[in-house]
Amino acid sequence: MVKLVLRNQEYEVHAGMTLLSALQKIGILPEGIVATRTGEMIEEDEILKDGDVIKLITAISGG
Amino acid sequence: MKCRMCGAKASVNLRQHHMALCKDHFLEWVPAQTERFIKKYAMFIRDEKILVAVSGGKDSLSLWDILQRLGYQADGLYICLGIDEGIQYSAESQRLAESFAAGRGLRLHVVDIQKEYKDAIPVLTLKNRRGKGKDCSICGLVKRHEMNRIARDFGYDVLATGHNLDDEAATLFGNTLNWAGEYLLRQGPVLARKPGLARKVKPLCRLYERDMLAYALLRNIEYIYDECPLSVGAASIQYKELLNRLENQRPGAKLSFYLSFLEARQNGLFIERQAIQAELHPCPICGQPTSAEGLCSFCRMVTPSLK
Repeated sequence: MVKLVLRNQEYEVHAGMTLLSALQKIGILPEGIVATRTGEMIEEDEILKDGDVIKLITAISGG
Repeated sequence: MKCRMCGAKASVNLRQHHMALCKDHFLEWVPAQTERFIKKYAMFIRDEKILVAVSGGKDSLSLWDILQRLGYQADGLYICLGIDEGIQYSAESQRLAESFAAGRGLRLHVVDIQKEYKDAIPVLTLKNRRGKGKDCSICGLVKRHEMNRIARDFGYDVLATGHNLDDEAATLFGNTLNWAGEYLLRQGPVLARKPGLARKVKPLCRLYERDMLAYALLRNIEYIYDECPLSVGAASIQYKELLNRLENQRPGAKLSFYLSFLEARQNGLFIERQAIQAELHPCPICGQPTSAEGLCSFCRMVTPSLK
Protein backbone atom coordinates (compact mmCIF):
# COMPACT_ATOMS: atom_id res chain seq x y z
CA MET A 1 0.00 0.00 0.00
CA VAL A 2 0.97 3.64 -0.45
CA LYS A 3 0.30 6.30 2.15
CA LEU A 4 -0.49 9.89 1.17
CA VAL A 5 -0.34 12.53 3.91
CA LEU A 6 -1.97 15.95 3.63
CA ARG A 7 -1.62 18.05 6.81
CA ASN A 8 -3.14 15.81 9.52
CA GLN A 9 -5.03 13.55 7.11
CA GLU A 10 -3.79 10.21 5.85
CA TYR A 11 -5.02 8.30 2.80
CA GLU A 12 -4.08 4.84 1.50
CA VAL A 13 -4.04 3.71 -2.11
CA HIS A 14 -2.77 0.63 -3.92
CA ALA A 15 0.79 0.58 -5.22
CA GLY A 16 1.33 0.64 -8.98
CA MET A 17 -0.83 3.61 -9.84
CA THR A 18 0.44 7.01 -10.88
CA LEU A 19 0.42 9.95 -8.50
CA LEU A 20 -2.29 11.55 -10.67
CA SER A 21 -4.53 8.47 -10.36
CA ALA A 22 -3.92 8.37 -6.61
CA LEU A 23 -4.89 12.03 -6.25
CA GLN A 24 -8.02 11.49 -8.31
CA LYS A 25 -8.92 8.51 -6.14
CA ILE A 26 -8.71 10.51 -2.92
CA GLY A 27 -10.31 13.61 -4.47
CA ILE A 28 -7.41 16.04 -4.35
CA LEU A 29 -6.66 18.38 -7.23
CA PRO A 30 -3.02 18.30 -8.38
CA GLU A 31 -3.28 22.06 -9.04
CA GLY A 32 -3.46 22.74 -5.31
CA ILE A 33 -0.53 20.66 -4.04
CA VAL A 34 3.09 19.67 -4.50
CA ALA A 35 3.94 16.02 -3.75
CA THR A 36 7.21 14.85 -2.25
CA ARG A 37 8.67 11.39 -1.61
CA THR A 38 11.60 11.18 0.81
CA GLY A 39 12.02 14.93 0.39
CA GLU A 40 12.16 14.85 -3.43
CA MET A 41 9.42 16.45 -5.51
CA ILE A 42 7.53 14.06 -7.75
CA GLU A 43 5.17 14.78 -10.63
CA GLU A 44 1.86 13.33 -11.76
CA ASP A 45 3.25 10.52 -13.94
CA GLU A 46 5.32 9.01 -11.11
CA ILE A 47 4.40 5.38 -10.38
CA LEU A 48 3.84 4.88 -6.65
CA LYS A 49 5.57 1.89 -5.09
CA ASP A 50 4.57 -0.31 -2.19
CA GLY A 51 5.60 1.31 1.10
CA ASP A 52 5.89 4.81 -0.36
CA VAL A 53 4.89 7.67 1.92
CA ILE A 54 3.91 10.67 -0.17
CA LYS A 55 3.74 14.04 1.55
CA LEU A 56 1.25 16.41 -0.07
CA ILE A 57 2.07 20.06 0.55
CA THR A 58 -0.77 22.47 -0.01
CA ALA A 59 -0.09 25.52 -2.15
CA ILE A 60 -3.15 27.63 -1.38
CA SER A 61 -2.69 30.43 1.09
CA GLY A 62 -4.15 33.83 1.67
CA GLY A 63 -7.11 35.54 3.15
CA MET B 1 8.07 13.41 -17.72
CA LYS B 2 11.23 14.99 -19.13
CA CYS B 3 12.70 18.46 -18.83
CA ARG B 4 12.07 20.41 -22.03
CA MET B 5 15.52 22.00 -21.82
CA CYS B 6 17.82 19.06 -21.09
CA GLY B 7 15.76 15.87 -21.20
CA ALA B 8 16.52 14.97 -17.57
CA LYS B 9 13.75 13.83 -15.24
CA ALA B 10 11.36 16.75 -14.68
CA SER B 11 10.63 18.08 -11.20
CA VAL B 12 7.87 20.54 -12.09
CA ASN B 13 5.12 20.19 -14.67
CA LEU B 14 3.94 23.60 -15.91
CA ARG B 15 0.71 22.44 -17.54
CA GLN B 16 -0.34 26.01 -18.36
CA HIS B 17 2.75 26.30 -20.58
CA HIS B 18 2.73 22.69 -21.88
CA MET B 19 6.22 22.34 -20.44
CA ALA B 20 8.02 20.40 -17.71
CA LEU B 21 11.38 21.37 -16.22
CA CYS B 22 14.06 19.73 -14.09
CA LYS B 23 15.07 21.35 -10.81
CA ASP B 24 18.00 23.32 -12.24
CA HIS B 25 16.12 24.67 -15.24
CA PHE B 26 13.04 25.48 -13.15
CA LEU B 27 15.21 27.47 -10.72
CA GLU B 28 16.58 29.42 -13.69
CA TRP B 29 13.16 29.83 -15.33
CA VAL B 30 11.37 31.45 -12.34
CA PRO B 31 13.78 34.42 -11.93
CA ALA B 32 14.00 34.84 -15.72
CA GLN B 33 10.20 35.04 -15.94
CA THR B 34 10.07 37.44 -13.00
CA GLU B 35 12.65 39.70 -14.65
CA ARG B 36 10.62 39.58 -17.85
CA PHE B 37 7.48 40.79 -16.06
CA ILE B 38 9.39 43.47 -14.11
CA LYS B 39 10.50 44.91 -17.46
CA LYS B 40 7.25 44.28 -19.37
CA TYR B 41 5.16 46.17 -16.82
CA ALA B 42 7.91 48.76 -16.05
CA MET B 43 7.83 47.91 -12.36
CA PHE B 44 11.25 49.28 -11.39
CA ILE B 45 14.80 49.67 -12.57
CA ARG B 46 18.08 48.62 -10.96
CA ASP B 47 18.85 52.01 -9.41
CA GLU B 48 15.61 52.12 -7.46
CA LYS B 49 15.26 51.13 -3.81
CA ILE B 50 12.73 48.36 -3.32
CA LEU B 51 10.88 47.46 -0.14
CA VAL B 52 9.57 43.88 -0.18
CA ALA B 53 6.65 43.17 2.12
CA VAL B 54 7.45 39.80 3.69
CA SER B 55 4.95 37.79 5.70
CA GLY B 56 7.10 34.73 6.37
CA GLY B 57 5.12 32.87 3.71
CA LYS B 58 6.42 31.11 0.61
CA ASP B 59 5.54 33.81 -1.93
CA SER B 60 7.02 36.88 -0.28
CA LEU B 61 10.21 35.14 0.86
CA SER B 62 10.63 33.63 -2.60
CA LEU B 63 10.14 37.07 -4.16
CA TRP B 64 12.85 38.51 -1.91
CA ASP B 65 15.12 35.60 -2.83
CA ILE B 66 14.47 36.13 -6.56
CA LEU B 67 15.10 39.89 -6.41
CA GLN B 68 18.38 39.25 -4.62
CA ARG B 69 19.39 36.67 -7.21
CA LEU B 70 18.56 39.16 -9.95
CA GLY B 71 20.76 41.81 -8.30
CA TYR B 72 18.11 44.33 -7.22
CA GLN B 73 18.45 46.51 -4.09
CA ALA B 74 15.67 45.03 -2.01
CA ASP B 75 15.11 45.40 1.73
CA GLY B 76 12.33 43.63 3.61
CA LEU B 77 9.45 44.74 5.80
CA TYR B 78 7.79 42.40 8.27
CA ILE B 79 4.59 43.59 9.97
CA CYS B 80 3.88 41.74 13.21
CA LEU B 81 0.09 41.48 13.40
CA GLY B 82 0.02 39.81 16.83
CA ILE B 83 -1.94 36.74 15.73
CA ASP B 84 -1.40 33.83 18.10
CA GLU B 85 -4.54 31.63 18.14
CA GLY B 86 -2.67 28.92 20.03
CA ILE B 87 -0.06 28.33 17.32
CA GLN B 88 2.05 31.50 17.77
CA TYR B 89 1.34 32.31 14.14
CA SER B 90 2.86 35.80 14.07
CA ALA B 91 5.81 34.93 16.30
CA GLU B 92 6.75 32.02 14.06
CA SER B 93 6.26 34.06 10.88
CA GLN B 94 8.53 36.76 12.28
CA ARG B 95 11.17 34.22 13.26
CA LEU B 96 11.21 32.84 9.71
CA ALA B 97 11.41 36.30 8.12
CA GLU B 98 14.25 37.31 10.46
CA SER B 99 16.07 34.04 9.90
CA PHE B 100 15.80 34.47 6.10
CA ALA B 101 17.19 38.02 6.31
CA ALA B 102 19.97 37.13 8.76
CA GLY B 103 21.07 34.12 6.71
CA ARG B 104 21.56 36.32 3.63
CA GLY B 105 22.76 39.52 5.33
CA LEU B 106 19.66 41.47 4.24
CA ARG B 107 18.05 44.45 5.95
CA LEU B 108 14.62 43.75 7.47
CA HIS B 109 12.36 46.41 8.98
CA VAL B 110 10.02 45.06 11.66
CA VAL B 111 6.84 46.87 12.69
CA ASP B 112 4.90 45.56 15.68
CA ILE B 113 1.27 46.71 15.40
CA GLN B 114 0.54 46.22 19.09
CA LYS B 115 3.59 48.26 20.13
CA GLU B 116 2.79 51.03 17.64
CA TYR B 117 -0.97 51.22 18.09
CA LYS B 118 -1.68 49.49 21.42
CA ASP B 119 -3.84 46.71 19.96
CA ALA B 120 -2.95 43.71 17.82
CA ILE B 121 -5.11 42.60 14.88
CA PRO B 122 -7.40 40.20 16.78
CA VAL B 123 -8.35 43.02 19.21
CA LEU B 124 -8.64 45.66 16.49
CA THR B 125 -11.06 43.44 14.58
CA LEU B 126 -13.16 42.89 17.69
CA LYS B 127 -13.23 46.58 18.56
CA ASN B 128 -14.23 47.78 15.12
CA ARG B 129 -17.69 47.28 13.73
CA ARG B 130 -16.01 46.98 10.36
CA GLY B 131 -14.33 43.87 11.70
CA LYS B 132 -17.44 41.79 12.13
CA GLY B 133 -16.60 38.73 10.07
CA LYS B 134 -14.05 40.80 8.15
CA ASP B 135 -10.73 40.05 9.85
CA CYS B 136 -8.96 39.96 6.48
CA SER B 137 -10.19 43.42 5.48
CA ILE B 138 -8.97 44.96 8.76
CA CYS B 139 -5.65 43.20 8.37
CA GLY B 140 -5.35 44.41 4.76
CA LEU B 141 -6.06 48.00 5.79
CA VAL B 142 -3.41 47.87 8.52
CA LYS B 143 -0.81 46.28 6.24
CA ARG B 144 -1.39 48.76 3.39
CA HIS B 145 -1.08 51.70 5.78
CA GLU B 146 2.09 50.45 7.40
CA MET B 147 3.72 49.45 4.13
CA ASN B 148 3.12 52.97 2.82
CA ARG B 149 4.38 54.55 6.01
CA ILE B 150 7.66 52.65 6.04
CA ALA B 151 8.20 53.15 2.29
CA ARG B 152 7.65 56.90 2.72
CA ASP B 153 9.67 57.30 5.96
CA PHE B 154 12.69 55.38 4.66
CA GLY B 155 12.63 56.74 1.11
CA TYR B 156 11.85 53.59 -0.86
CA ASP B 157 10.90 54.10 -4.51
CA VAL B 158 8.69 51.08 -4.77
CA LEU B 159 6.84 48.57 -2.65
CA ALA B 160 6.84 44.96 -3.90
CA THR B 161 4.42 42.29 -2.71
CA GLY B 162 4.45 38.54 -3.32
CA HIS B 163 1.00 38.30 -4.92
CA ASN B 164 1.02 35.39 -7.37
CA LEU B 165 -1.25 34.58 -10.32
CA ASP B 166 -3.69 32.65 -8.14
CA ASP B 167 -4.01 35.62 -5.77
CA GLU B 168 -4.68 37.92 -8.71
CA ALA B 169 -7.12 35.55 -10.41
CA ALA B 170 -9.03 35.03 -7.14
CA THR B 171 -9.24 38.79 -6.55
CA LEU B 172 -10.38 39.32 -10.12
CA PHE B 173 -12.97 36.56 -9.75
CA GLY B 174 -14.32 38.13 -6.54
CA ASN B 175 -14.42 41.61 -8.05
CA THR B 176 -16.19 40.31 -11.15
CA LEU B 177 -18.66 38.32 -9.08
CA ASN B 178 -19.55 41.54 -7.28
CA TRP B 179 -19.10 43.83 -10.33
CA ALA B 180 -16.82 45.93 -8.19
CA GLY B 181 -15.96 48.43 -10.92
CA GLU B 182 -13.67 50.64 -8.88
CA TYR B 183 -11.58 47.67 -7.77
CA LEU B 184 -11.45 46.28 -11.32
CA LEU B 185 -10.07 49.61 -12.49
CA ARG B 186 -7.27 49.49 -9.95
CA GLN B 187 -6.23 45.84 -10.16
CA GLY B 188 -3.00 45.21 -12.04
CA PRO B 189 0.71 44.38 -11.84
CA VAL B 190 1.54 48.03 -11.02
CA LEU B 191 -0.30 50.62 -8.97
CA ALA B 192 1.21 53.97 -9.89
CA ARG B 193 2.72 56.25 -7.29
CA LYS B 194 0.49 59.06 -6.01
CA PRO B 195 1.45 61.86 -3.63
CA GLY B 196 1.87 60.15 -0.26
CA LEU B 197 1.46 56.64 -1.69
CA ALA B 198 4.38 54.52 -2.88
CA ARG B 199 4.26 52.72 -6.24
CA LYS B 200 3.13 49.15 -5.65
CA VAL B 201 4.21 46.25 -7.82
CA LYS B 202 3.53 42.51 -8.01
CA PRO B 203 6.46 40.85 -9.81
CA LEU B 204 5.04 37.32 -9.32
CA CYS B 205 1.61 38.17 -10.74
CA ARG B 206 1.98 35.76 -13.68
CA LEU B 207 3.44 32.83 -11.76
CA TYR B 208 1.13 30.12 -10.41
CA GLU B 209 0.91 29.60 -6.66
CA ARG B 210 1.84 25.94 -7.08
CA ASP B 211 4.97 26.95 -8.97
CA MET B 212 5.93 29.39 -6.22
CA LEU B 213 5.54 26.60 -3.69
CA ALA B 214 7.81 24.40 -5.84
CA TYR B 215 10.33 27.26 -6.03
CA ALA B 216 10.37 27.72 -2.23
CA LEU B 217 10.81 23.98 -1.68
CA LEU B 218 13.56 23.59 -4.28
CA ARG B 219 15.41 26.65 -2.92
CA ASN B 220 15.09 25.27 0.64
CA ILE B 221 13.35 28.42 1.81
CA GLU B 222 11.90 27.85 5.24
CA TYR B 223 8.43 29.44 5.32
CA ILE B 224 5.33 29.38 7.49
CA TYR B 225 3.22 26.46 6.34
CA ASP B 226 0.26 27.00 8.63
CA GLU B 227 -2.59 28.97 7.17
CA CYS B 228 -3.35 32.24 8.95
CA PRO B 229 -5.83 31.05 11.60
CA LEU B 230 -7.99 34.14 11.02
CA SER B 231 -8.32 33.46 7.29
CA VAL B 232 -10.14 30.13 7.63
CA GLY B 233 -13.19 30.24 5.36
CA ALA B 234 -12.02 33.42 3.58
CA ALA B 235 -13.70 34.02 0.23
CA SER B 236 -10.36 34.34 -1.57
CA ILE B 237 -9.45 30.77 -0.58
CA GLN B 238 -12.81 29.49 -1.82
CA TYR B 239 -12.28 31.31 -5.13
CA LYS B 240 -8.82 29.78 -5.50
CA GLU B 241 -10.26 26.29 -5.01
CA LEU B 242 -12.97 26.96 -7.58
CA LEU B 243 -10.45 28.28 -10.09
CA ASN B 244 -8.23 25.25 -9.53
CA ARG B 245 -11.15 23.01 -10.48
CA LEU B 246 -11.48 24.92 -13.72
CA GLU B 247 -7.70 24.78 -14.25
CA ASN B 248 -7.80 21.02 -13.79
CA GLN B 249 -10.17 20.70 -16.74
CA ARG B 250 -8.65 23.50 -18.80
CA PRO B 251 -4.93 23.99 -18.11
CA GLY B 252 -4.06 27.66 -18.47
CA ALA B 253 -7.59 28.89 -17.62
CA LYS B 254 -6.42 30.96 -14.62
CA LEU B 255 -3.62 32.60 -16.58
CA SER B 256 -5.92 33.32 -19.50
CA PHE B 257 -8.58 34.80 -17.18
CA TYR B 258 -6.07 37.27 -15.73
CA LEU B 259 -4.22 38.14 -18.94
CA SER B 260 -7.45 38.61 -20.91
CA PHE B 261 -8.63 41.00 -18.22
CA LEU B 262 -5.42 43.05 -18.42
CA GLU B 263 -5.66 43.13 -22.20
CA ALA B 264 -9.34 44.07 -22.19
CA ARG B 265 -8.70 46.91 -19.79
CA GLN B 266 -5.79 48.16 -21.85
CA ASN B 267 -8.06 48.11 -24.89
CA GLY B 268 -10.55 50.36 -23.15
CA LEU B 269 -13.12 47.94 -21.74
CA PHE B 270 -13.12 49.95 -18.53
CA ILE B 271 -13.14 53.68 -18.99
CA GLU B 272 -12.06 55.64 -15.98
CA ARG B 273 -14.74 58.17 -15.24
CA GLN B 274 -12.95 61.38 -14.35
CA ALA B 275 -16.03 62.62 -12.53
CA ILE B 276 -15.89 59.87 -9.96
CA GLN B 277 -12.17 60.05 -9.38
CA ALA B 278 -11.98 61.08 -5.78
CA GLU B 279 -9.86 64.02 -4.80
CA LEU B 280 -7.34 62.96 -2.19
CA HIS B 281 -6.69 64.85 1.03
CA PRO B 282 -3.88 64.24 3.54
CA CYS B 283 -5.02 62.64 6.80
CA PRO B 284 -4.37 65.15 9.63
CA ILE B 285 -2.79 62.44 11.83
CA CYS B 286 -0.65 60.28 9.56
CA GLY B 287 -0.45 62.45 6.44
CA GLN B 288 -1.38 59.60 4.09
CA PRO B 289 -3.91 60.48 1.36
CA THR B 290 -7.57 59.71 1.93
CA SER B 291 -10.64 60.24 -0.25
CA ALA B 292 -12.74 61.93 2.44
CA GLU B 293 -11.68 65.01 4.37
CA GLY B 294 -10.67 64.20 7.95
CA LEU B 295 -9.07 61.07 9.33
CA CYS B 296 -8.19 58.18 7.02
CA SER B 297 -9.79 54.76 7.59
CA PHE B 298 -6.70 53.50 9.41
CA CYS B 299 -6.51 56.42 11.85
CA ARG B 300 -10.26 56.28 12.45
CA MET B 301 -9.78 52.66 13.41
CA VAL B 302 -6.72 52.93 15.64
CA THR B 303 -7.33 56.33 17.24
CA PRO B 304 -9.71 54.99 19.92
CA SER B 305 -6.99 52.48 20.83
CA LEU B 306 -4.45 55.24 21.37
CA LYS B 307 -6.62 57.23 23.77
